[in-house]
Amino acid sequence: MTALRYGISDTLVLAKRSLLRIPRQPDLLVGFTIQPILFILLFVYVFGGAIQTPGIDYVDFLIPGIIVQSIVFGGFVTALGLSDDVRKGLIDRFRSLPMTRSALLTGRTLGDVATNVFQLVVMFSVGLLIGFNFSTSVGEVVAGIALLLFIGYAFSWVFAFIGLVASSPEAANAYGFTLLFPVTFVSSAFVPVDSMPDWLQPVAEHNPFTTMVNAARALFVGVPAGNDVWLAVVWTVVIISVFAPLAAWRYRRVVAR
Amino acid sequence: MPAAVETTRLHKRYGSVEALRGVDLFVETGSVFGLLGPNGAGKTTTIRILTTLLVPDEGTARVAGYDVVHDAARVRERIGLAGQYAAVDENLTGVENLEMVGRLYHLGRGQARERARELLSSFDLSDAGGRLVRTYSGGMRRRLDLAAALAARPPVLFLDEPTTGLDIRSRIDLWEAIEALVSAGTTVLLTTQDLDEADRLADRIAVIDQGRVIAEGTPNELKARIGGERLEIHLCDGGRGEEAIGALASLASDQPFLEDGSVRVPVSERRGTIANAVRRLDDAGIAIDDISVSTPTLDDVFLTLTGRAAEEAAEEAEVQAQ
Repeated sequence: MTALRYGISDTLVLAKRSLLRIPRQPDLLVGFTIQPILFILLFVYVFGGAIQTPGIDYVDFLIPGIIVQSIVFGGFVTALGLSDDVRKGLIDRFRSLPMTRSALLTGRTLGDVATNVFQLVVMFSVGLLIGFNFSTSVGEVVAGIALLLFIGYAFSWVFAFIGLVASSPEAANAYGFTLLFPVTFVSSAFVPVDSMPDWLQPVAEHNPFTTMVNAARALFVGVPAGNDVWLAVVWTVVIISVFAPLAAWRYRRVVAR
Repeated sequence: MPAAVETTRLHKRYGSVEALRGVDLFVETGSVFGLLGPNGAGKTTTIRILTTLLVPDEGTARVAGYDVVHDAARVRERIGLAGQYAAVDENLTGVENLEMVGRLYHLGRGQARERARELLSSFDLSDAGGRLVRTYSGGMRRRLDLAAALAARPPVLFLDEPTTGLDIRSRIDLWEAIEALVSAGTTVLLTTQDLDEADRLADRIAVIDQGRVIAEGTPNELKARIGGERLEIHLCDGGRGEEAIGALASLASDQPFLEDGSVRVPVSERRGTIANAVRRLDDAGIAIDDISVSTPTLDDVFLTLTGRAAEEAAEEAEVQAQ
C-alpha cells in the first residue's frame, strides 16, 4: 500500500517537473504547436488541391490524420528530456534516490499526456477555423479524443526507450524521425491508400498507423472503418506492452555518460 | 565504530576492460574518506557500485549496514550523491530542484519546502533560489547539487570529484561546506584527483590505480611515504651546495641532496621552514638566489607508488577503454 502511494506521488512529482520545464524551453513549444499548424496549412492549401479524396472534403480527411501524426510525435519531449538527463548526469541522481524505480518514466509519459491535450486543443482549433467539421455524435468525438490520448501515451513509451538508448538528444532526434516519419507517411494519414502504387498499398493497409488514422476518421467525421477502432486500441495496447518493459529494462542499466 | 562503507574484493568489467580488480575499502562512520587517483583508475565505478547504480561482477559492498545489491532500496534511503556533473535540472529553479529531490526522498510537501529553504540558506543560495538554474554559475550549481544530495539528511554522502573544474574561490567555498557537514556527523566518501583536496578534507585516503587500491593511510602517513614536503634552494654560488646541506641538516626529515645545481631538503613541517633555512644559511654566509617549499602532488604520489606519472596512468586507462 505504501509502495503504491509512493509510486503515485513520485510519478506526480516527476510529471510536474516535465510540465514546469516546457514553457521554459520555447523551442519545444514551437516543436509541438507551430510545426503541426504549419503542416496543416501546408497540406490543406498547397498539396490539398492535388489530392483526390472522393466523397469527403480534403480538410475533413486531413485533420484526423495529421492530428494522429502530431500526437505520435508529441512523445518526443520524453525522448529529448530523457537523453538530456542521461547526458547531464541527472539520471545518476534519480537512480540513487529511494523513489519508485520507474517513476522517472511514468512521470514523463504522464506529463506528455498533458502536453498532448494542449496539442489537440491547438490543432482542432486551427482545423475548425479553416473549415473542418465534426460530423459524428458527441460520444464518438469524446471516444476519439480518448483514443488519441491513449495513442499519444503509447508512443511516449516508444520515445522513452529511444531517449534512453540514444547517445545524445541529437541522436534521439535522428532516430525518432528516421524511424517514425516514413511510417506515418506510408499510411492513410495524408492521401487515400488506393492512390499509392500497387506494391506499396499492402504496406500502407497493414501499417498500424493507418488503422489508427482510420479509427480517428471514423470517430470524428464518420468515415466507415470496419474494425479499425478496436484494432487501433489493440495496437496501442501492444505498443505499450512492448515498449514500457523495454524502457524500464533500459532505465535500470543506464548510467550518465 | 561500525563501518559506514565496507567493500570486499569488488570487481567490475566493461567488456574486455577491467575497471575494478578487487577493491577493498573500509570507511568508519563519521569520517571523511578520500579515494585518490587519476582519470580511469576506477573511482567513478566504485562510487556507482556503492550508490546502487551498477552491480559488481564479483565481491560485496555494504553501505550504512546494508548490502548494495540485495538491499539496494534501503541503501538508497541512506545515501546522498553529488557528482562531477552538477546533477540539477537547468530548467527548474533552485527551490524547485530541492523540493523535487526532497519529495523523491519521500519528505512531505511542507517538509520538503521547509528543507529546501534551509538548504538554500546554508549554501548561500537564498537570493538565487527563485531563479532558473541555467542562470547559475558553475560554483552555484555545484553547491545546489550538494544541497540536493543532503535533502533527506543522509548519514552517508558520496561526492564524485566535487570540485573538478571549479575556480579557486568556488572550491574553497565548497570545501568549507563539506567541512561543515562533517562536523555535523555525516560520513563522506569523496573521490578526487587532487592531493591537496584529499589532504584538506579526508581523515584517510586510499590511492587507486588501474582498479586496485595501491596505498591507504592518513594523509600524513601517505605523505611520509612519498617524502612529504621539500625545501628547494637555488644558491648564488652553485659550488657551495655541500656546505648548504651541512647547514640545513637539522631541518631535514630525510637525506638532503643536490639536483640540477639546487639543494633539495625533505622536510616534515612546512610552517616556519623557510625562515629557519634562510637564517641558517645567512649565519653560514651562503647567499640565496631563490627558495621555496613544494608540496608533493598527485604526480609525485603516483611516481613513487607506481613508477609512472598520473598522466600516463590516465592515458593508459583511456587506451584500454577503447
